[in-house]
Amino acid sequence: MLDEIKFAIDGTQIKANKGDTILKAALKHGIYIPHLCDHPDLEPFGGCRLCMVEIKGKGLSISCKVPVEEGLEIITESPEVNKVRRIAAELLIASHHVDCLECARNTDCKLQDVASYIGIEEGRLKRLKRVIKDLPIDDSNPFFIRDLNKCVLCGICIRTCGEILNVGAIDFAFRGTGTLVATVGGKPILQSRCVSCGECVARCPVGALVPKNAERPTREVSTVCTYCGVGCGIKLGVRGGRIVRVRGDVNSPANRGNLCVKGRFGYDFVNHPDRLTSPLIKRNGAFVEATFEEALDLVASKLTDYKGDQFATFASARITTEDNYVVQKFTRAVMGTNNLDHCARL
Amino acid sequence: MTNSINEIEDAACILSIGSNTTVTHPVIGLRVKKAARNGAKLIVANPRRIELCSVADVWLRHRPGTDVALLMGMARVIMDEGLVDSSFIEERCENLDAFKESLKAFDPDFVEQVTGVPQGKIAEAARMLAGNSPASILYCMGITQHSHGTDNVLALANLAMLTGNIGKPSSGVNPLRGQNNVQGACDMGALPNVYPGYQKVDSAEIREKFEAAWGCSLSSTPGLTLTEILGAALEKRVKALYVVGENPVLSEADASHAKEALEALDFLVVQDIFLTETAMLADVVLPAATFAEKDGTFTNTERRIQRVRKALEPRGNSRPDWWITCEIAKKLGGKGFDYGHPAEIMGEISSLTPSYQGISYERLEAGGLQWPCPSPEHPGTPVLHTERFLTASGKGRLMPLEYKPPAECADEEYPFVLTTGRSLYHYHTSTMTGRVEGLNMLRDRELLEMNPTDAAALGIANGDRVQVKSRRGLVTADAKLTKDSPPGVVFMTFHFADSPTNVVTSPALDPVAKTPELKVCAVQVQKLKG
Repeated sequence: MLDEIKFAIDGTQIKANKGDTILKAALKHGIYIPHLCDHPDLEPFGGCRLCMVEIKGKGLSISCKVPVEEGLEIITESPEVNKVRRIAAELLIASHHVDCLECARNTDCKLQDVASYIGIEEGRLKRLKRVIKDLPIDDSNPFFIRDLNKCVLCGICIRTCGEILNVGAIDFAFRGTGTLVATVGGKPILQSRCVSCGECVARCPVGALVPKNAERPTREVSTVCTYCGVGCGIKLGVRGGRIVRVRGDVNSPANRGNLCVKGRFGYDFVNHPDRLTSPLIKRNGAFVEATFEEALDLVASKLTDYKGDQFATFASARITTEDNYVVQKFTRAVMGTNNLDHCARL
Repeated sequence: MTNSINEIEDAACILSIGSNTTVTHPVIGLRVKKAARNGAKLIVANPRRIELCSVADVWLRHRPGTDVALLMGMARVIMDEGLVDSSFIEERCENLDAFKESLKAFDPDFVEQVTGVPQGKIAEAARMLAGNSPASILYCMGITQHSHGTDNVLALANLAMLTGNIGKPSSGVNPLRGQNNVQGACDMGALPNVYPGYQKVDSAEIREKFEAAWGCSLSSTPGLTLTEILGAALEKRVKALYVVGENPVLSEADASHAKEALEALDFLVVQDIFLTETAMLADVVLPAATFAEKDGTFTNTERRIQRVRKALEPRGNSRPDWWITCEIAKKLGGKGFDYGHPAEIMGEISSLTPSYQGISYERLEAGGLQWPCPSPEHPGTPVLHTERFLTASGKGRLMPLEYKPPAECADEEYPFVLTTGRSLYHYHTSTMTGRVEGLNMLRDRELLEMNPTDAAALGIANGDRVQVKSRRGLVTADAKLTKDSPPGVVFMTFHFADSPTNVVTSPALDPVAKTPELKVCAVQVQKLKG
């Protein structure tokens, strides 16, 4: 390959594509370098300083911003590297709400990954101890919670909203230790330009942005969203007969993991108490529950009298292709008419 | 779509017309925004200021219903300035002379006068489209829901052919289909004139094929369209109706008429997941399973057939739609309805549908496939028309067109044009989204979007209750003053049963597609007291 570049990480020879960053190439080869603010969908940011490595002959560098070059020798573990990233990690953790067991992101948290890799000593943390943030939790959005006390200022949410959505509902506000991710005027997120797509929630590496009533599913089923015609691949997380979480399927060519507000959060209708759970027959102007046998017998006995062009069917753009096939076959082969349409035009 | 969603990002130019992409197809909206970020030229043509306008290089704010004039005006510039792709036209197109002749009517002054768009802007857009290849045209119901919707689509096809933008990646004429499986429903012949795979019901050869497969004799007469069926019901020509997962009482244009029609039936069966406004009128209601409770496939807007997998057991006594229909068919003596699983139905579909012939559940396990997929080895077709068009000659026919105004224009009595669309937070008649508490919180009522200047003239303030009246009916809504609506144009969704917008809309049909003119009707707006 023309654009292939060879370089070494900790003495191991690595091949990477031209333009890849050192961090990207390393992660692709299963080599872990601590990081928080880097995300494969976003431009490199270089905010968290955790992905520090030593480039032989050049000194310390953040690996998320440096593109690979032929012959580079990267060292991921040295006293200098360790010192810098340990301090960076300790500063983040010192002001973080460490209530991990209660956190929706527990075991799926990038800060936990970093801490467990670097190793945290309580004594050192205590020396750094400063005022723990005590910011109000923003639960104004119906679908997710913003807990800035757990925010690590990686900027992934800001860049997601800017680079991917082009909405820009949030940005960094204030300076130094007072830095926050905020909406214009610091208003609740519901009053911002946010479109509730949850793309930032899906990318947040810690527990600062989590879905409301988050529950871990028992299993996930790969299927397709039921709303518009994009046909986004989704992973329906189910638990106890309910849909408790939905993720975009990164392997789906239709959406490559992206979802909108309806596709990510719009499935409560499935278990809504209004669902029809029994056939209904109208008797004297009111619906009465019936068995399928009764209802189907009634339908069949009535429809026998209307075969041919006095019968018509509205099929549906909502049901499956197989459902539609059967509906049209029934209309044509059994009822003997082509009076068949659906809301394709609406 | 002639092309695929992924290709949008690599387009050098995108023309988005009659599509509020970020609202109705949000994930495709992301691709358009990414393309613009990558440097693609973006032309947005829309009477309303939509989100994409903020990243557009040119925004053509034409008057509702003047798309043919706008697009033929662009074609004229491309022709006059010699910007056509001559070799593409030479090799792949026909009817150029007649087309050129019809362009004569679209001189820049006329086009500017009809569309309200300055001719310089139209020329700029035309040059942009012709000068940046590949160019992808994206459109939606803002193009089709007109009494001349077919002409609108032909005008887009003309532009694509003139600029050589069809049959190659990141180009094409791309309708963004609005519903999860509208493509699959059409592919399966849930239409009055075709069997699965768009095979014509009035072709003797095709009909014999299906008669042999299904073991019955079939009608050779094309049936009625949805709107025509409702008309026939009122005239007692259609007396029994089977409605599966549709809610025409809210979704059909001139909805009061639709409701009357359903009430005039002798027998109405509705099969749905909720007791919809339409189901309320039924004699028998059959409970269906949702997408999460059954196996099957949906075919998306880029013709990709994708597996839908059962994640939950059907609620209560609800059943998959295919199962219910098969039971009815069997009780009526139908043969060939003994399927045990949708995979078997797909087996039958592929045996009768050339474009689905290579589709099987085994193959779909590895990911979706784009039709045409004519054999089990075929990889599917991301780009259509790469070598020839589906015409007798194989050539693309440039279509002469004339401008026709909408069936109903604003006048003294009904001074505003009402155009309709969706909100990001709801879907169609809200049967599903209306039962998601969070979505209701984000949008809980119908709004009449109106330009502040118009509102001021009528003494209407933001949030005032207003009445919207057309020649067919009236609805009420809360006013939302916004410059997103140009003066003279108001906008509503059709999501809310308590403000059933389609009571007002126009039933004028496109003569070919029979699509109602939901995007243009004349209304008056009045502030309600208190």
